[in-house]
Amino acid sequence: MTDVLMPALSPTMEEGTLAKWHVKEGDNVRSGDVIAEIETDKATMEVEAVDEGVIEAILVPEGTEEVKVNTPIARLAGGTAETDKGETSQDKAETGETSAAAPAPVAKPAADESKAGAPEKAPPETAETKSQGEGPAAVVPARTLKDPEVPAGAKLVKTTVRDALRDAMAEEMRRDEGVFLMGEEVAQYQGAYKVSRELLQEFGERRVIDTPITEYGFAGLGVGAAMAGLKPIVEFMTFNFAMQAIDHIINSAAKTLYMSGGQIKCSVVFRGPNGAAARVAAQHSQDYSSWYAHVPGLKVIAPYDAADAKGLLKAAIRDPNPVVFLEHEMLYGQEFDVPETDDWVLPIGKAKVRREGSGVTLTAHSRMVGLALAAAEELAGEGIEAEVIDLRTLRPLDHETILESVKKTNRLVSVEEGWGPMGVGAEIVARVVEHAFDWLDAPPLRVHQEDVPMPYAANLEALSLPSVEKIVKAVKQVAYK
Amino acid sequence: MARAQTARKTNNAARPAAKAAKTPGKPGPGKVGKDDLLKFYRDMLLIRRFEERAGQLYGMGLIGGFCHLYIGQEAIAVGVQSIQEEGDQVITGYRDHGHMLACGMDPREVMAELTGRIDGSSKGKGGSMHMFSTEAGFYGGHGIVGGQVPLGTGLALANKYRKNGKVAFTYFGDGAANQGQVYESFNMAELWSLPVVYVIENNQYAMGTSIERSSSETHLYKRGASFRIPGEEVDGMDVVAVRQAAAKAAAHARSGEGPYILEMKTYRYRGHSMSDPAKYRTREEVDEVRKTRDPIDHLQERLEKEGHADDAALKAIDAEVKKIVADAAEFARTSPEPPASDLYTDVYLEAAQ
Ligand SMILES: Cc1ncc(C[n+]2csc(CCOP(=O)(O)OP(=O)(O)O)c2C)c(N)n1
Ligand SMILES: [Mg+2]
Repeated sequence: MTDVLMPALSPTMEEGTLAKWHVKEGDNVRSGDVIAEIETDKATMEVEAVDEGVIEAILVPEGTEEVKVNTPIARLAGGTAETDKGETSQDKAETGETSAAAPAPVAKPAADESKAGAPEKAPPETAETKSQGEGPAAVVPARTLKDPEVPAGAKLVKTTVRDALRDAMAEEMRRDEGVFLMGEEVAQYQGAYKVSRELLQEFGERRVIDTPITEYGFAGLGVGAAMAGLKPIVEFMTFNFAMQAIDHIINSAAKTLYMSGGQIKCSVVFRGPNGAAARVAAQHSQDYSSWYAHVPGLKVIAPYDAADAKGLLKAAIRDPNPVVFLEHEMLYGQEFDVPETDDWVLPIGKAKVRREGSGVTLTAHSRMVGLALAAAEELAGEGIEAEVIDLRTLRPLDHETILESVKKTNRLVSVEEGWGPMGVGAEIVARVVEHAFDWLDAPPLRVHQEDVPMPYAANLEALSLPSVEKIVKAVKQVAYK
Repeated sequence: MARAQTARKTNNAARPAAKAAKTPGKPGPGKVGKDDLLKFYRDMLLIRRFEERAGQLYGMGLIGGFCHLYIGQEAIAVGVQSIQEEGDQVITGYRDHGHMLACGMDPREVMAELTGRIDGSSKGKGGSMHMFSTEAGFYGGHGIVGGQVPLGTGLALANKYRKNGKVAFTYFGDGAANQGQVYESFNMAELWSLPVVYVIENNQYAMGTSIERSSSETHLYKRGASFRIPGEEVDGMDVVAVRQAAAKAAAHARSGEGPYILEMKTYRYRGHSMSDPAKYRTREEVDEVRKTRDPIDHLQERLEKEGHADDAALKAIDAEVKKIVADAAEFARTSPEPPASDLYTDVYLEAAQ
């Protein structure tokens, strides 16, 4: 004997009208037979029998309004034993046999629903490395992360950011056969910005792949290959063109681990130059930092110098999660010291204090770090000692380091190349206000690109971008000087 | 701004006479007479000289960023736009200087945009890749490869919606032809019989990638086949062939039969942009095309052979074109930068109350 229950037409439906019975007591029904019609103000639906048997009793008469979901509306006699029925209905739910439009009006649907929920599996490996989440569940104090010591006697080699990135990819490709690079002009042309120089020669066409100009497509292929366990590095000629592909970065790469309940991992790096380039106007000159840093499931890295570029790209390639790695065209040619060690890997999620000071905290990432450091020099000449924090990773953001600094300096200016509203600086200010409000001696300020698309004209472009001058001015304002 | 306007007015003479070919009484579309040929010659030469000068100004630091020259491909914009009717629209990517000149935009305002000055067609805000002229029916000037294709198809949608009999000429490259949005556009264009002519400028390369390395089907005119869009391969180095093919395609679109694809076989002589040394192809390959297929040389020979123009007549055209370009360059060099107050203009329009 089975109760037929009032089904829900939608997750929000609580009650409905039993509009019509298609059967009467004593009728024989087989699964799939329409037995009744129910209505809400939004929809009408047919109720199908899921089991065979005889309608023993109609419990709710036709025309009854406000019938609560899950109320027994009829009783079915005959058929198989209860336990069997339970399994049958569950099988159907799993094989999708039960039409979505007609939830099975069978006994204990609630129990079935709970079974359909998350399995009691161990959380995926990646969820255990608590540092990635920005949500309250997974924030780990970034202060436990540490850059590796440079071994005593290790040589510091002057390296361009371009070559550091190249070296990182080459080393990881040597180390792991599953790592490969794909993108426009990465192979034969040696990279539009020469970042993949000589990789084709060393690793061949199988692992260094020139794609057509089809960002949406090849980003999707990259994600698919990552789902299958490879470790693609997807290069965008610039991140402006990743907008063609952003659907796969967010909808496919960032969310799949979660959507699959931890089953499908997607270890892929999306990299390329991001941010302003010189005189290329609105469609080719834009900073996407905050766009990606907004998205749970992604890690977002934006290094400044060559050592960080190398160490963090290696970490990104090894990371089991999708990583957006934001480089900067204007930094590619700049030289910095890179320690000559076997395996220079830096922790994702750890900011770096690039200059110590007690007068004001300056936060910056990517090219803006250079501007912040220059501003700090200038300010030092005027008696203000700025502490410059290179964020390095934007998600997860190392706000511990920022808070520690602000508690010392009591003042904050954030610097970013992108637009201000809803930006990286906005996030930093919010966290500082949440966690260190009492330490602040002045309202924090944000320096960022002016709130306009990037103009082409040389003078307007210069006015539009953050500058040392703008940073100095903002610092003086928060320092009341 | 006053300056820009007077400049535009006084320099009308400098515009290519593209529109003249469309005036009634001339030979019908597709047919070409002596005057057409002379005008094609002049318009192609104007683009060639303009681009050479732009390259020079780039070298002098007066033009910045990306600058993609059209040298070698002149016959396409000139031939196709010679059948442009008043109200037809044109849209293309970033290699757009030639199209703008062929649409009849003032060389001064184009060159001044290249130098980022107030008299440029976008007041200096757009630069080489982003120019527009509602007057000339030119809808840009787009930097994202393939992005112009749905936009051009949308212009055609508006034409059909308004039943105005106008055609949207939508240009894109061989590289762009691989973008997914191109095929989404093709499907809708044919499904809804939109009056759009897709002009694929197949110059054999997308940056450093030859078409053979990027495309499983290298005959791009066939790319509409699964959408039932007719396509044709055209010698894009022969302005008359271009003109005739464009006339046929436009007639098809204009009469309500839907889109048409023209694959123009062409070649770019310069690197992809000013910063591309173009090492992916041999000097000989480039020289061979220049020697044997150059659209301007080709037409010049025909003009002489058919007795339409003697040496003196051609020299006169050369001189006229040189003067226009020199004037545009000087104008672009001396036009002032936009005022700082322009930084925040044109972000939004005031909503009507
Ligand atoms: C979506 C996108 N991806 C990449 C680029 C960089 N890019 C600019 S032009 C170009 C080559 C395009 O080649 P093609 O379509 O053949 O046109 P051509 O330059 O030959 O005129 C590339 C890859 C871009 N602007 N937009
Ligand atoms: Mg091309």
